[in-house]
Amino acid sequence: MTATKSLYAARVPIFPRRVSGRFRNLKWVIMAVTLGIYYLTPWIRWDRGPNLPDQAVLVDLANRRFYFFWIEIWPHEFYFVAGLLVMAGLGLFLFTAALGRVWCGYACPQTVWTDLFLKVERWVQGDRNARLRLHQAPWTARKIRLKLTTWSLWLMIAVATGGAWVFYFADAPTLARDLATLQAPGVAWATIALLTATTFVFGGFMREQVCIYMCPWPRIQGAMMDEGTLTVAYRDWRGEPRGKGLRRRERAEAAEAATRAAGPRIGGRSPVIPMQVRGATAVAQPAAPAPAVPGAAGDCIDCNACVNVCPMGIDIRDGQQMACITCALCIDACDEVMDRIGRPRGLIDYVALSDAPREAAGGAPIAAWRHAMRPRNFVYAGLWSAVGIALVVLLFIRPEIEMTVAPVRNPTFVTLSDGSIRNAYDVRLRNKHGEARDFALATGEAMAGRLALSVEGSTDAAVTVPADTQGRVRVYLTAPPGSAPATADRTEVRLWAQDRESGERAFVDTTFNGRETP
Amino acid sequence: MSGKRKDDVTGTETTGHVWDGIEELNNPLPRWWLWTFYATVVFSLIYVVLYPAWPVVNRATSGLLGWSTRGDVAAEIEAVDASQASLFASLTEVDLRVLPRNEELYGFAQQAGGAVFRNTCSQCHGSGAAGALGYPNLLDDEWLWGGTLEDIAFTIRHGIRNDEDPDARFSQMPAFGDILERDQIALLTDHVLSLPGGADPAAGEAGQLFLDNCASCHGENAQGDRTIGAPNLTDAIWLYGDTPEQVASSIRRGPSGVMPPWGERLGEAEVRAVAAYVHALGGGEAQVGEAPVAEGAGATGAEPSDPDEVPFAEEAGATE
Repeated sequence: MTATKSLYAARVPIFPRRVSGRFRNLKWVIMAVTLGIYYLTPWIRWDRGPNLPDQAVLVDLANRRFYFFWIEIWPHEFYFVAGLLVMAGLGLFLFTAALGRVWCGYACPQTVWTDLFLKVERWVQGDRNARLRLHQAPWTARKIRLKLTTWSLWLMIAVATGGAWVFYFADAPTLARDLATLQAPGVAWATIALLTATTFVFGGFMREQVCIYMCPWPRIQGAMMDEGTLTVAYRDWRGEPRGKGLRRRERAEAAEAATRAAGPRIGGRSPVIPMQVRGATAVAQPAAPAPAVPGAAGDCIDCNACVNVCPMGIDIRDGQQMACITCALCIDACDEVMDRIGRPRGLIDYVALSDAPREAAGGAPIAAWRHAMRPRNFVYAGLWSAVGIALVVLLFIRPEIEMTVAPVRNPTFVTLSDGSIRNAYDVRLRNKHGEARDFALATGEAMAGRLALSVEGSTDAAVTVPADTQGRVRVYLTAPPGSAPATADRTEVRLWAQDRESGERAFVDTTFNGRETP
Repeated sequence: MSGKRKDDVTGTETTGHVWDGIEELNNPLPRWWLWTFYATVVFSLIYVVLYPAWPVVNRATSGLLGWSTRGDVAAEIEAVDASQASLFASLTEVDLRVLPRNEELYGFAQQAGGAVFRNTCSQCHGSGAAGALGYPNLLDDEWLWGGTLEDIAFTIRHGIRNDEDPDARFSQMPAFGDILERDQIALLTDHVLSLPGGADPAAGEAGQLFLDNCASCHGENAQGDRTIGAPNLTDAIWLYGDTPEQVASSIRRGPSGVMPPWGERLGEAEVRAVAAYVHALGGGEAQVGEAPVAEGAGATGAEPSDPDEVPFAEEAGATE
């Protein structure tokens, strides 16, 4: 066996360095908001009346109800959930077409929790170099103590994560009490255990492996991006050739001298202005002269800051790659370095693929918002809005009373002893309110006086439907002997239901079957 | 393994695997992926030992845990039976006259009764309970032997004209084909068919025939007698058909339907459950001295007269 690579490789641990900057700050804000929503939402109360849960967001699987603030979804209205999923899909299309893997970099739970775990790790064990040293150090008491502290904190976060999830499926305060007194149902414990395990392992130990080897999204997104998509990239036409130290200084001084000799000028190779609009002055007055001497050093000083802060352990200067989640931390890291060496920011930046040839040829950068103004993005945004508007409209035209009428067809009619003809109907009435409702039933005016209406088990043609249920009653329509409906094959009839309290009403058209006499 | 080399384009080593000249680059899989694969293999081995797995000639190996889907179903049925035991117990003891007032028990009885009905009654009375020629329609409001909950339960419990139950309801209509002449039967047939139209049962020659031969059971007013299951001849319901041929045949043969007793086979609780189900099919009669429950009651309360086709006149005005 020669010294060739094995077919399998162990994970190489990654110890990202701390970084600060605008994207880091944005990510802190997003983490605080998303985690805040995740952990706190189940505890928001929402009064719906005495017989309905008072939890603002609740997925009641046992009773097949979904509550979201003032909205209540029954299983037959699952199209709302389907519509939201369609919107989620279209939203991802839109964001991917416009901003690449922005979901992966900022909002994906794997990213957010890994970020949180890294923060804990850094807090306990120190920054990149300290963690690297600790990793390579033998297992001393100190190392064991630090590692155990880190893992315990991770485990606490993981338990809280799994614990928060189950609160979405049951009344949170009740379940919390049951969990505290060890009386919660087994499925709650199993769910917490499973999510604790996945959070702990994925956030603490698998990290970038999840994104690279387990998640299908990087492949799908690679196919959905195009040359106009903004994504984190390295301006190699500005950074190369990279170099550091003496050699670099010599080249830079040569370039400086050449530029001075040539006098101030605008044009030629573009002054490297980052794509983000930084104010008109930056454009009119280039922050730094361009290297005019061929062979002069690029802006990249090969300090490896972008590599050291990367949670995926990659080098963005290699170009767009599947492992890049576009978390933009390398932008912050590089900007910091550019500030320090007095070069303009944006060596690593949000850039579209189509920018590369233009900027390399000296063209002016295009503003980010112009990149977003592409037909493709408008189509996605339009579709997304259309589905959203349709859902909102559907939500508001949902009838308060829902009635269905199923004529009993076995048999189609019954002859009573006095010769009258009776039809039966299974009438279902939905009551979505938090209290029982009385419904009055009647036939439409056209049949009034010709068809008598009665309800099985009721003396006054009224139905009481308990709170939050669908009531089913058998309704009888009876035609007197020899009357038109009794002797006709079919007669159209309209059944009305009215909520006795609110006065809302609904109708369903159905038919009355008579005994046709030849 | 001699084919390993560095690929010129990518700078990546090849695995040495070659198919028709196509080589495979070695981008190593993560080691944990391999361990995950081994873990699934171990899992499957344990699963095969514990659960039904290998098909043999007429069944699968049973597995050490002895688990089966059939066993699951049996356990579920047992659990349901256990949960319904108390309901069935109270159904056995409840006074049928007050059963409809016990909402939970009454609802349970109707649901359970519907299942029993479809199993044991639908063969004769039809799955919709509409009956057939010679088999009574249970949806209408005529009852040969009475239509209260207690009457229906008694009929189900003991049956009709059977030899198995000494308490079975019993009566016998003679075969008048052996007693009357053909033209007398023809006369009676026309007479009986005219009764629902309001004809006097005692009028004329046919009336005399009726009084002599039929009135002892069907009554002088021809309205029948429930104590002996003699049908009312003045209503619109004809168990054995309403054509002259069918009525004449009924007079000649004296048809007497038979119903088996169900008390032994179903048990008291299920008998009562079926009674509750049948009683609520639209023709059930209230107990004596009780307010009527369904059937036609309140029918006039729902007759609106509103010009815009919408009933509920007064409320409608209030909401708009």
